[in-house]
Amino acid sequence: MSVALSAPDIKRALTRISHEILEKNQGASSIVLLGIPTRGAHLAQRIASIISEIEGVEISCGTLDITLFRDDLRLRAPKAIMPTTIPPSGVENRDVILVDDVLFSGRTIRSALDALGEIGRPRTVQLAALVDRGHRELPIKADFVGKNLPTSKSQSVRVLLSEIDGRDEVSIEGEAN
Amino acid sequence: MRHLLSIADLSKIEAISILDTANELARVSDGAVKKLPTLRGRTIVNLFAEDSTRTRISFEAAAKRLSADVINFSAKGSSVSKGESLKDTAMTLQAMGADAVVIRHSASGAAQRLADSQWMSGSVVNAGDGTHEHPSQALLDAFTIRKHLGLGKSDLEGLSVAIVGDVLHSRVARSNVLLLAKLGAKVTLVAPPTLLPVGVESWPASVSYDFDSVIPFVDVVMMLRVQQERMTEMYFPNAREYSRYFGLNSDRMKSMKPGAIVMHPGPMNRGLEISAEVADSSRSVITEQVTNGVSVRMAILYVLLTGGSLEAGGN
Repeated sequence: MSVALSAPDIKRALTRISHEILEKNQGASSIVLLGIPTRGAHLAQRIASIISEIEGVEISCGTLDITLFRDDLRLRAPKAIMPTTIPPSGVENRDVILVDDVLFSGRTIRSALDALGEIGRPRTVQLAALVDRGHRELPIKADFVGKNLPTSKSQSVRVLLSEIDGRDEVSIEGEAN
Repeated sequence: MRHLLSIADLSKIEAISILDTANELARVSDGAVKKLPTLRGRTIVNLFAEDSTRTRISFEAAAKRLSADVINFSAKGSSVSKGESLKDTAMTLQAMGADAVVIRHSASGAAQRLADSQWMSGSVVNAGDGTHEHPSQALLDAFTIRKHLGLGKSDLEGLSVAIVGDVLHSRVARSNVLLLAKLGAKVTLVAPPTLLPVGVESWPASVSYDFDSVIPFVDVVMMLRVQQERMTEMYFPNAREYSRYFGLNSDRMKSMKPGAIVMHPGPMNRGLEISAEVADSSRSVITEQVTNGVSVRMAILYVLLTGGSLEAGGN
């Protein structure tokens, strides 16, 4: 197991992503952050509070559960359904930024786009991921990436966040081959 | 989990996970999204060999909200009325590629028979078999109780529930006693001795013949329908007497605890086991039970039709 991102690394990455989101969207007025449970939801919260600090305004932040929209439900054990909370401002004509911890096959994001389509029609949908580990199976790419981690498919990337796990760390488990 | 046949087969953890799943699905149904793609392309057959409105419509609504294809099949107007056996019916459904069969049957054990046989490979959901069990009703009742009185806890520890009336013929009572006890509630059955089944002392519930001595101490009063269609002999002298001793009227309702709720699985015999004022009062959660039934049945179909056992954690 090797540590890829330490707690300060994660903090710096999220701060940079926050600035990039503001730069790309020319401010915070139209953005809605939607975190994908479990860890993406906490990351979205953190980015929202960093942006509020920078801009001095409240940021719309919610969660978007994608379990019911997965394409592998027939193949795998059912997952517990997590809450979806859409901020009162809604997503209609807003710039929605999906936030997840690890971007891998891209299937979670495809499901998220389907889930989002049921809720409304945002002006744009963007994607922020703490880690991009490659091996995409769909034509999906992130707009904001904390760190690109080259991995082999047999490895797994483990993200720990203090809200759930007591500390912040990203590590790679297993041997590269 | 492949079938839902009896509450006895469910562990406490499985039961709670179905209730939690139903809770999230209820929030989905409350929101703008009424339809989910989760079971797209799956076929669910409602095989109702006994009359039902609520349960059949509820399962149909649940399946449709999850985008499954629903085939309704009732005994009347099908080959069952020409004498086709359960086996032949099941093999027909298998040949049509049913992924799940929701079965209501007047014979106790019909759902178990269907699940144990090699007649079909899909999941079997028991929607009421004779006087045996009605697990989805018990789950929706537990869900409703938890929502009103659960204080944010996952189980029903510390709550007390009275189940009143025709326990003998009631599959709802049987499933509810098992589930509520499993979730930690204290259950008291209230009925005339003639309407209690043999062996009731082995159930995880206490028994009383005196409604008035029980009612001030319970959080939930669950009234059962007097099942006249199953009554082949005299179980009580007359309807007025039954109503006086075991019916819930507004006078009796006054002695209920503050905050206590009144439930009924439906269909109600207004004026017999429950008076119209009680059924329409603010303590009554009877229509809410129907609403919750759809969410709970969505959760059941979700758990059964998405392979493997439920595991925790999102994403």
